[in-house]
Amino acid sequence: MSNFLQFTVFGIMLGAGYAIAATGLVVTYTTSGVFNFAQGAVGMIAAFGYWELVSAHHVPVLAALVIVLILGASICGAFVERVLMRRLHGASAERPVMVTLGLMVILTGMATILWSPTTQRTVEPMITGQFSLVGINIQVQYVLIIAVAIAVAIGLRALFYTTRTGYALRAVVDDPELLGMSGVSPNRMSQYGWILGFMMAALSGVLLAPTQTTGINIEAMTLLVVSGYAAAIVGRLKNIPVTFAAAIAIGLAENYVLNYVEPHLPANLQTDMTSALPMVFLFIALVTLPSVRLRAVGRLTSMKAPRVAGGRESLVAGAVFLVVAVVVAFAFADTNIKGTTLLTLGGMVLTLAIVGLSLVLLTGYSGQVSLCQFSFMGIGAFIMGKVAGGGSLLGLIAATAICAGVGALIAWPTVRLSDLYLALATFAFADAVATGFFSDGHIYGAGGLMVGRIVLPGLSLGSDTAEFLLVAVFFVLCAWLVLAIRRSLFGRRLVAVNDSPAAYATVGLDIGFTKVAVFAIAAGMAGLAGGLYATVQQIVGTTDFDIFPGIIFVLFVTIWSIRTVSGAFLAALTYVVLNQLWPSSIGIFAGIGIILIGRAAGGILGIEALHVRLPWVKAPSGTSDPSGHLTAFGGTALATEGSRAAG
Amino acid sequence: MSDGSTTSTTGATTSTLPPSVSVRGVRASYGRIEVLHGVDLEVPAGSVFALLGPNGAGKSTLLKVLSGRMRTTAGEVLVGDVPIGKTPSEKLARQGICAVPEGRGIFPNLTVRENLRIWTYRGGITMKDVEEQTYATFPVLKERRRQLAGTMSGGEQQMLAISRALVTRPRVLYLDELSMGLAPLIVAELYELVGTLARQGMTIVLVEQFVTTALAVADHAAIMVHGRIEQQGTPSEMADAALSIYLA
Repeated sequence: MSNFLQFTVFGIMLGAGYAIAATGLVVTYTTSGVFNFAQGAVGMIAAFGYWELVSAHHVPVLAALVIVLILGASICGAFVERVLMRRLHGASAERPVMVTLGLMVILTGMATILWSPTTQRTVEPMITGQFSLVGINIQVQYVLIIAVAIAVAIGLRALFYTTRTGYALRAVVDDPELLGMSGVSPNRMSQYGWILGFMMAALSGVLLAPTQTTGINIEAMTLLVVSGYAAAIVGRLKNIPVTFAAAIAIGLAENYVLNYVEPHLPANLQTDMTSALPMVFLFIALVTLPSVRLRAVGRLTSMKAPRVAGGRESLVAGAVFLVVAVVVAFAFADTNIKGTTLLTLGGMVLTLAIVGLSLVLLTGYSGQVSLCQFSFMGIGAFIMGKVAGGGSLLGLIAATAICAGVGALIAWPTVRLSDLYLALATFAFADAVATGFFSDGHIYGAGGLMVGRIVLPGLSLGSDTAEFLLVAVFFVLCAWLVLAIRRSLFGRRLVAVNDSPAAYATVGLDIGFTKVAVFAIAAGMAGLAGGLYATVQQIVGTTDFDIFPGIIFVLFVTIWSIRTVSGAFLAALTYVVLNQLWPSSIGIFAGIGIILIGRAAGGILGIEALHVRLPWVKAPSGTSDPSGHLTAFGGTALATEGSRAAG
Repeated sequence: MSDGSTTSTTGATTSTLPPSVSVRGVRASYGRIEVLHGVDLEVPAGSVFALLGPNGAGKSTLLKVLSGRMRTTAGEVLVGDVPIGKTPSEKLARQGICAVPEGRGIFPNLTVRENLRIWTYRGGITMKDVEEQTYATFPVLKERRRQLAGTMSGGEQQMLAISRALVTRPRVLYLDELSMGLAPLIVAELYELVGTLARQGMTIVLVEQFVTTALAVADHAAIMVHGRIEQQGTPSEMADAALSIYLA
């Protein structure tokens, strides 16, 4: 009984910490319509900042709290609203998601540079000591966290529902223009919202840091408040009391599962469960809540869709690409960079480019935001290594088929979700797979999973040159497939679903089938890429398909252009080059890139000033837009996505 | 229309003369597309000015410019003798220039009472006064005061929207398509209120597609076509002109 009470108190304390973070999310979302994916990262920076002040520089606790929670958080919140978010007004709904993800990877990248992950840092409780109540020991720090969470919930509820500023904070997301006409500055209200959100994030980080008995860790602290995301979703991102109650319930459930269920599991599953549990809660919250209760604050924007290359054009371009690949394969067969052959790196670029193509299909054409393509890639790599002893064409087929099946299973409960919620569901799936499956030593093995090169009857593909050419062929085939899909009836349906789901449904077409189908195709493509990646690398490890590299890659595709084949290729090239040169700063590059690209829906390749005309590409009739334009960065006609309104 | 002394719905009398509104050579664009091509307009102080015209004529865009929601690319707008320049809409609202936008100018996720509370931004207005005035004019809103505004009928939402003009006592009022999507009886009721507001001493510019409805309460009118003022004059002159322009 005393154990149960002990677990209950700890669960409530944990839930109270989540509640503070969750209410911060609700505040930001209510006042700006933006779900701040960087909420956990802000809390992490605050926790490290607090440690730096108190433990490293011996600043008094109260002064450190003022510096971190009041000065730091408010200045950063105001800065983020003014510099990053305000200029996104009118951007497509997925763009704020990308920018806050960019902010998250920037903050984690900066933290890695500032605070070496190899050093252990333990944050002391603000108030030490404990007392005994009904036979259980309760730390004063726990009471502090619970009391602060209750005060925050009551205070915010009072602010939002009893003051004119609170009404204005709630009204700003409904109609900022009307709020302006009502005599209240909408920009100021949004800024207040971001400041409050950042303060809540910092508060949760600082309060929960001392509960990390093994020391604060950048990734763990960033993802610590993910259970807060689930609570915010249960509260429909607007109801603070429900959010608070949900956070406490999740904290309790998490603690009960860890103490009553986990000990009965096989030893190798125990760590997996601990890591994956918050994401599982988030996924469950998303797929079980009635869709009508999930209020989306997205904006429909009309954007120029890039021109889709015709069939013959694609064939010629693919052939040219393969000729270039052959020349590169033989010209640089012996070139090494930092101990890796150039062709191996080239193979990595092409396999990642296939993942990029899956994003073009899924996000670029049908408008579904997915943050879990690297997860499918990891599953594909795992299957490749396990089927027929690795290195078999059968493995590639199995990787593609199984990932497509898993993709369909994931998509089925999430098809009703759009934009933000789908992004959150795929985020939860990606992290649950990374922490609960890939990180398990039994999956890839302690030293990684060995995968051989593909062997075909009578054909040796063991060399780097042959492997590179094989992957190049697969890339071209996938590019042809993506463009062929876009030109087909199904492709037009994808664009229609993206443009107006309501209009799509009214003509009798099945939105669910279309969404599941495209999700499955994209997952299969990512699985194929994973299989190929494994054969290129010949060994895959536990961290190859982590959530952060996956998010960083999505950002790079968005930066270049998530709607074009050339965007997918250039994103893969950028990712591999930066990962070779500055691996610890790659997130910072991606984050800054997405911030700079801002609301430009077409990414870098969509910027008209960068377009050059290819003399041999005919201008289509019936459009005033300059077609036959090629971005200065795309070298082949596979990239001849000039600008023309989508048909 | 106005002698300079004004009476509010609660009977309070003020001596503030409402200002005139002058539009001089105003041009405005959406991106590269210019939609207002040098608009000139004089709205006399304390009058009701009806801005008529077919769809796409630029009426609502002109109202956006007047209320500070859209920047001009050329020309100027003066309220009284003061150019509004780049003054943001919230400052104009605080200066007594009130706009009720097209559609329902309300916050759908706030209750009726919370909507009214937001509108107490001008000094000297208490929530008690606001509620008294609003509920006296629109008794149905009292019954709905705890209801989310977005869940009310279109007519009730428009009543709430126009009640802002009642409670904030603006000097200048811009009304955009007040009749949109409403039953004729409710439109008649709302326009009756416009007439009452005008008599209290307010410069009113109303944008409307329904010519007879607007001209019935207007002192002056203009017809806009393709981003230009085609004709302006008295309501009777405009009634004849509108027929030929609308049918052209």
